[in-house]
Amino acid sequence: MENGILKILNFYAGYNVKTILTNINLSIPSNKVISIMGPSGCGKTTLIRCINRMHELQPDANFKGQILLNEKNIFATSPILVRRKIGMVFQKPNPFPTMSIYDNVVSGYILNGIKIPRSEKDRIVEETLRKVYLWDEVMDSLHRKGTFLSGGQQQRLCIARAMAMNPEIILLDEPTSALDPKATAKIEELITKIKKSVTVILVTHNTAQAARVSDFTAFLYLGELVEFGFTEKLFTTPKDKKTEEYLTGKFG
Amino acid sequence: MQRRIIKDKLFEIIIIIFALVSTFPLILILFQIVKKGIASINWSFFVNLPQPPGESGGGVSNAILGTFILIVIAGGFSILLGVLGGTFISEYKDKKISELIRLCVNIFQGIPSIVIGIIVYIWIVMPLHRFSALSGGIALGIMMLPLIVKSTEETLRLIPSSLKEASLALGASYTTTMLRVILPAGINGILSGILISVSRVAGETAPLLFTAFGNPFMNFNIFKPVDSLPLLIFNYSMSPYPEWHSIAWGASFVLISFIIILNILTKMVSRKWKTVF
Repeated sequence: MENGILKILNFYAGYNVKTILTNINLSIPSNKVISIMGPSGCGKTTLIRCINRMHELQPDANFKGQILLNEKNIFATSPILVRRKIGMVFQKPNPFPTMSIYDNVVSGYILNGIKIPRSEKDRIVEETLRKVYLWDEVMDSLHRKGTFLSGGQQQRLCIARAMAMNPEIILLDEPTSALDPKATAKIEELITKIKKSVTVILVTHNTAQAARVSDFTAFLYLGELVEFGFTEKLFTTPKDKKTEEYLTGKFG
Repeated sequence: MQRRIIKDKLFEIIIIIFALVSTFPLILILFQIVKKGIASINWSFFVNLPQPPGESGGGVSNAILGTFILIVIAGGFSILLGVLGGTFISEYKDKKISELIRLCVNIFQGIPSIVIGIIVYIWIVMPLHRFSALSGGIALGIMMLPLIVKSTEETLRLIPSSLKEASLALGASYTTTMLRVILPAGINGILSGILISVSRVAGETAPLLFTAFGNPFMNFNIFKPVDSLPLLIFNYSMSPYPEWHSIAWGASFVLISFIIILNILTKMVSRKWKTVF
């Protein structure tokens, strides 16, 4: 745990006078799935939005402390570079409506003005769509608009879009909350597969999902990190009373 | 029970009648224009210049070209400004300055077109000492501006903010996000706003009276007066010559057709480029 890919040190964040996250310390190991769970409003989303510096885009947002990616403070570099290394997938599928499926996958390159040859693009598109198990379903309609896909397919396309940039970390903000159980199962399956190439941080309010897919789990409550550890350990023998109460459904 | 059904039926009949009555004037106008105008429409009407009174034939090519020049100048001046202005107030919805701009735009829309004509006369015609296509185009552009600002703002407001976040989260800059993701997503609304504003000003006469002024000859120079269809209709229908009256009817027919085509085009654009989120 000492040489984690991402380290969050004495981190505080909030809006205006309202503090949302208090003194978060977390070291995230690479190529694992890490769940962040907790009741609504506990700061899960705020935490991951700090990790790719999206939090600071909100008016009146503030933060204090350090987040280290490969031992380098992310607040010392340009947010644009941070966001290319740390991808994000949102609650509701949001493929770019004016772009084809193909262009959606390579949109990170298009929007950043990175020119790559056509053959390279073709390779990235196929490889990434295979990674998210979408290739077989869309290989004949790559040049149709991404918004014609079903909700679950759209969300996998969004994961592909983030994965195509070869990020070191991918942040998933409740990626299945807008999907049906079947689509959810597919996404969960692919999460456990993609950790070979990327570290996954998954925000979820669904404890069963955290138990199913993640190697490590963090439990946040009222903006504080209550407990962090191996998922199995945290679910079977939680150290903190709050964690146990949350897992047994006493609150949240 | 019986009475309720009768009441409902009665109400239904009344709204149908009122709906028909409200379209009746339009149908009458169209009928009149087609009846009187179509007779003077032929090829020479589109390619020839007007004839002096007393001689038959002649066309309105100068006015058709003039209308085109005026719209190009008006669009060149107002489209970029309007789209960017609308983008600003949709991006900074809650700022005081946006409120102020929105208020100004609403007031702007209510200013009578003749007043805009006078203002442009003072601003541009007087310093240049001449009537010109440029001044007429600017007058029309000023009228298009609030329409474009409003339609752009309303279109962009409907685009989910999650799209912007998705683009920023990929590392795209704010400028790229706006130009390559947000504005393209709203292109159908923005384009139809522009087309509607063109069809609105294409029929304007008042702001052109002291600016574009009218010109019976072919003119490509934007620093000289040009004719436009509504101006020609205005001048010719006031004349005592029956030949000119029929030319005015023909010009009305051309103008109305142009506006109807623009409206159909708008419908097509908004259908073809509809963005599904």
